[in-house]
Amino acid sequence: MSTIQTEAAVYSAVQSVVGSLHMAHTEWKDAPGLPDFSLLKRLARDQLIFLLEQLPGKKDLFIDADLMSPLDRIANVTILKQHEVDKLYKVELKPIVSSSDQLCFLIRPRIQTVKWISDLVNADKVAGRFRRYKIIFTPQKFYACETVLEEQGVYGDVTTDEWNFYILPLDDDILSLELPEFFRDNFLEGDQRWVTTAGSALRLLQSVYGSFSKVYGIGRCAKMVYESWRELMEDGEQRTRQPEFAKVFLVDRDVDFVTPLCSQVVYEGLVDDLFRIKCGSVEFGPDVTSSDKSIKVMLNSQDKVFSEIRNEHFSNVFGFLSQKAKNLQTAYDKRRGMDIQQMKAFVADELKGLKQEHRLLSLHIGASESMMKKKTKQDFQELLKTEHSLLEGFEIRECITYIEEHINRQVSMIDSLRLLCLLSITENGLLSKDYRSLKAQYLQSYGIEHLLTFANLRQLGLLEEQQAGETLTVMESKVGKLVNDKTVGKLTDAFSSLAKKSNFRALSKRLALVPKSGEEYDLRVPRDMAYVFSGAYIPLSCKLIEQVLERDGWTGMEEVTRMLNGQEFAVTGGSSSSEARSKTDAQRIVLVMFLGGCTFSEISALRFLGKERGCRFIVVTTAITNSSRLLEALLDNSA
Amino acid sequence: MAFVTANWNPLGESFYRKIELYEMGWNLKDGLRECLVAAAPYGGPIALLKGHYRRSPSARPQLEIYSSSGLPLASFPWKSGVVKQLGWTVSDDLLCVQEDGTVLVYDLWGGFKRHFSMGNEVSQSQVLETKIFHSPYGTGVAILTGALRFTLATNIDDIKLRRLPEVPGLQEAPSCWAVLTQDRQSKVLVANGSQLFILDNTACTPVTPPGLSPQASSIVHMCVSFSYKYLALLTDSGHVWMGTSNLKEKLSEVDTKIKTPPKQMAWCRRPKSQQPSAVVMWDGLLIVVGECKETIQYHLDDDSVLVPELDGVRIISGTHHELLQEVPGACEEIFKIASMAPGALLLEAHKEYEKESQKADEYLREIKEQSLLSEAVRQCVEAAGHEHEPETQKTLLRAASFGKCFLSNFPPEQFVSMCRDLRVLNAVRDYTVGIPLTHTQFKQMTVQVLIDRLVYRKLYPLAIEVCRYLKTPEYQGVSRVLKHWACYKVQQKEESDEVIAKAVSVKLADAAGISYSEIATKAYESGRTELAIKLLEFEPRSGEQVPLLLKMKKSPLALSKAIESGDTDLVYTVVMYLKNELNRGDFFMMLRNQPVALSLYKQFCKHQEQDTLKDLFNQDDDHEELGNFYVKASYKDQRLEARVALLQSAVDEYYKAKNDFSAKTTEDEMRLLRFQRKLEEEKGEQLVGFSLHDTMTTLLSVGLHKHAEQLYKDFRVPDKRFWWLKLKALAEKEDWEELEKFGKTKKSPVGYLPFVEVCIKHHNKYEAKKYVSKVTPEQKVKAHLAVGDMEGAAEAAIERRNESEISTVLSRCSATTDHLLMERLNRAKATAVKK
Repeated sequence: MSTIQTEAAVYSAVQSVVGSLHMAHTEWKDAPGLPDFSLLKRLARDQLIFLLEQLPGKKDLFIDADLMSPLDRIANVTILKQHEVDKLYKVELKPIVSSSDQLCFLIRPRIQTVKWISDLVNADKVAGRFRRYKIIFTPQKFYACETVLEEQGVYGDVTTDEWNFYILPLDDDILSLELPEFFRDNFLEGDQRWVTTAGSALRLLQSVYGSFSKVYGIGRCAKMVYESWRELMEDGEQRTRQPEFAKVFLVDRDVDFVTPLCSQVVYEGLVDDLFRIKCGSVEFGPDVTSSDKSIKVMLNSQDKVFSEIRNEHFSNVFGFLSQKAKNLQTAYDKRRGMDIQQMKAFVADELKGLKQEHRLLSLHIGASESMMKKKTKQDFQELLKTEHSLLEGFEIRECITYIEEHINRQVSMIDSLRLLCLLSITENGLLSKDYRSLKAQYLQSYGIEHLLTFANLRQLGLLEEQQAGETLTVMESKVGKLVNDKTVGKLTDAFSSLAKKSNFRALSKRLALVPKSGEEYDLRVPRDMAYVFSGAYIPLSCKLIEQVLERDGWTGMEEVTRMLNGQEFAVTGGSSSSEARSKTDAQRIVLVMFLGGCTFSEISALRFLGKERGCRFIVVTTAITNSSRLLEALLDNSA
Repeated sequence: MAFVTANWNPLGESFYRKIELYEMGWNLKDGLRECLVAAAPYGGPIALLKGHYRRSPSARPQLEIYSSSGLPLASFPWKSGVVKQLGWTVSDDLLCVQEDGTVLVYDLWGGFKRHFSMGNEVSQSQVLETKIFHSPYGTGVAILTGALRFTLATNIDDIKLRRLPEVPGLQEAPSCWAVLTQDRQSKVLVANGSQLFILDNTACTPVTPPGLSPQASSIVHMCVSFSYKYLALLTDSGHVWMGTSNLKEKLSEVDTKIKTPPKQMAWCRRPKSQQPSAVVMWDGLLIVVGECKETIQYHLDDDSVLVPELDGVRIISGTHHELLQEVPGACEEIFKIASMAPGALLLEAHKEYEKESQKADEYLREIKEQSLLSEAVRQCVEAAGHEHEPETQKTLLRAASFGKCFLSNFPPEQFVSMCRDLRVLNAVRDYTVGIPLTHTQFKQMTVQVLIDRLVYRKLYPLAIEVCRYLKTPEYQGVSRVLKHWACYKVQQKEESDEVIAKAVSVKLADAAGISYSEIATKAYESGRTELAIKLLEFEPRSGEQVPLLLKMKKSPLALSKAIESGDTDLVYTVVMYLKNELNRGDFFMMLRNQPVALSLYKQFCKHQEQDTLKDLFNQDDDHEELGNFYVKASYKDQRLEARVALLQSAVDEYYKAKNDFSAKTTEDEMRLLRFQRKLEEEKGEQLVGFSLHDTMTTLLSVGLHKHAEQLYKDFRVPDKRFWWLKLKALAEKEDWEELEKFGKTKKSPVGYLPFVEVCIKHHNKYEAKKYVSKVTPEQKVKAHLAVGDMEGAAEAAIERRNESEISTVLSRCSATTDHLLMERLNRAKATAVKK
């Protein structure tokens, strides 16, 4: 207890010194408190323990690799051991070595894994070995998996169960379903089985934290999730209790692909892009820790240093950290001139907190150093410049040249792909000529298997060829005969921007996503959500949320929704009576659910918006994503 | 009110009373003689197997089922084997245990439901005796076989047969036995002469009842209380021993002075009763024994059957149906002669009040002075619950109501709910319904179960009235009853589909939480498919319709309903079902019209059946996807020939799909593979599977420039790429001479800044400088800066009068060493800005 108090004391002391940096701090006090999400963890843990006890006696537990980290947040090894888990293994889809008579599998409902388990059981049968097998599917089992068990003839040999672990609270305001495959399954494969999972997650939140007064959403999947959720609500008992959040906003990832494709420049996003945050923690390598070993750090609001810089543009972070270091030194320096009594108090109350802070501070300084080293380099600046040009729709030819060079020099497989997609989306598809040549060059660089990647990208509308009718190729070729090549390029640009009616362009104009260039943007004092992209672009997803909340619905945004392919909805919930209207804290908490993943930049933008509007956003996402994860999900060279 | 106590008999400290429930509506010629009888507890139905003991082959016995009031429910001649025992399950189903161990299950209406066997061993050695018992796990059956072994099933809905261990020294059928439920386990208590054993799953343990009188040489009868807590034993010396069923404590022992074996014995004990008591029945005689030496004796005119209940014993004879119970405390307090209990006084007060006598006030005062009025009201209300006659109930409730007027803050709930309960109880006790429940039984049984029983007896209107009256939530109450009604309705063969569908929809229209699919299932089960489909239309949740539609073989409809429901798992269920049901062609055709189902199935095939996936694409003439499929397959194959063959298939498909680009690219890949293979063989470099770029990098890095050049030409590699590649490769080998030569071959398509940069990257400033002069004016500043030539950079920037470049250079200058330079730059910047 004492440490927390001291940390708070130091924190507030530092606050007063660096207060200028956080211009919105006064509003924070006004912001509503958040519900306690640790309850969700407790629920999940209790259920897991119950399930483990259904298989009494010692057993070996096999866990899906991507469940390891989430599981660790719910029940660590000690707890598992307490419930007679003998050895822990990672599911590797390879033959196993286990001498236990009881095998328990904790897996996602994937056909592949179930097939592997069936093979295992059958191998045991051949070897005349008797064991008990139990599969715990999380968050739910699918009929497809049971079919596999049946087809492989082991249905009677295994028992199956469900661990309804729908939501992992990553932080005070971030809840994750930890289902990265949601994105590919739903948007690419057209497999909607996770829809009910998302619906169940919402229902879980509702049953624990009370009902919602209003639900907005956009996107096909959002609509389906809402439907599934509504149906679940109707089946279950009706509960009326004081809601802990007022509004819910559901948004499909494919409504806004631009945002996750941009390079992230806010500290938390950048850490994710560079070091990959996994389940709320990151492993800093030797170059950050300036020692020979890696250190794992939890990144959340418990980390006082991190919580102050996570939402900052990275150009501010270094300065802030050094200021912080000075303050810390001052706090240490207090020791001088203390008498024994004071010193005793200092050691007892403050020193631990200071040391903790010291450790974190040095880590973050290390991280931002390594960041600066990588990111202030010429090529990163040029990359950002290209991205900004694409967003603005400016000097497209130069951008294409840049991308071409990027591909030709094999700079980065994912980054090249990312730029190509950005180009395509912002320009509403590539000209045939460009499309073919860029694609051919990409294949030369990275191999022909990416034909499949391109097929996937096209299917999702991430990277497309303009249809002949739409483009002005005819015109272009005619003009081409008259003037030299360079002019053709410029003319094409001019024509396309005139005639193509690129949706992104139009959206960006209508919603003012791209601030006018040339204006100075002081990143120290953000004036809108664009600061998360160095003032060059306001995330479309967040802008939509802002607009809808402001208008309390979609009215007046008809054209925008038409350009986004519609599928928008706004529903007033059951508890719309006058008593719920009162301006309670709950009314100012908005739950935003991203179906298909959301980026840290978006979360930062929403936090900023919350501060501006005196409300709080809770982000529920199927997984934390970024450009690499998004694109890697669409590669087709492995499976 | 003297008449209330007319049927009371004292026994020790308390009283016993025998109330007539019904005069039986049946007309039995011979009474219950020669009948096998079973009556269900909680006022359940009565089953008779008439002519059972007359074993003549010509006359078949008749099975008859009656309500507790003797109204006939069913009757049919028994055509199966010899019945050893009849019994009722907790859900009012009739069990008939046959000699061969087969148990037949009938419903209340005599409809055959199913049968099950008690195992081979039983059927071989035949059934000697059977007991049907109830436990928290359901209804169980225990059998003593001809081989003198016990076989037991605790729950007939989930049969797990257990054969109990042998009883040592058992030569003939034991004198008596009973089933006990203890420690969550069913056990059998057996008496062999004077010895007593407890049989559980594993062992046979001899036990001795504490303090059993030594005169006894044999235990001739035993019975266990309704709650399994108490045990009563009757010895051949005519003593009744009563104690706890764990045989740890003796409660009392009474001498009946009758040494003939009785017909039946049962516990007669209510919860919170004052003394343990049992009822023993002989021909024409009934004795109640308690703690004291005295007994109560009743004379019986007729053959009778005892039915133990939670709070007493029912006695069914050929003409009457009676309830024998200990008089409940509240009733005793009020009605006992000369009672001064508050309730008694209140009743008296009310009586005087009715007579408009001032004595009412005196009585009231007397109660109030002791501040016992609320106690008095409570007593009256409670007693009303225990009284069977509506008149007595009313009198008591009126008295309670009267007393309530003089109390402030008296919580009304008890009074109100008692009035409601009694109204319901009186309704179901009615002769036409015939469920003689006591209030205690009703509370134990719960309203839900009562409603179920009414529904089971097809008393739908009454059930609905009860639900409405007791304000049962619609979901558990009215809707449930209506659903059962509808399920029954759809089985009525004489009405047309339209009429029934309409009737059902009208009645169920505004009821909440009705599952039409359940009703439709019933309709389908009784062979009315069309009606089922009509009913399904009313089902609002499309997901609910699917299983039945599948059962009815309406698969296309099932598939579209599943998709409509948005539940992928359900769609998947249907798809898998169809896959097994239809032939491949039809199956594919059906999927073709349902993209959601198709994409799901494709997902499945991707992991499970690659070939099916190909067939699917083939059927759709989806050449593009087929091409992709082959490309993917080619990467899984290790052998080059197979890979090339697969790629060739891909090329064909791509051409069919008119995707020239992919076709050409794939052809290129085939060429590349062959090339790589050839070189691998010739030069021993690992190449197969590399991208074109990587192949060239490898070739250049090992100095196979000619081969790289060949690829460059053959594959139309853009100049830029080739230059980048070569540049990098040469620099990596630090072959500066070659690099310089290369730079001079022709005008660099990538410019010369990359030359500078690549040299700097490999820390060769000297070489880098060579190329600075060749760099285009736009990149000059960058080039100079790259080699660290501040002067040159400044020169170039000033020359170009470019403000931002000047600033860039300025930012790189250090204030100490480049002082002069900075001044110059600042000046130039000023002029640049002016322009």
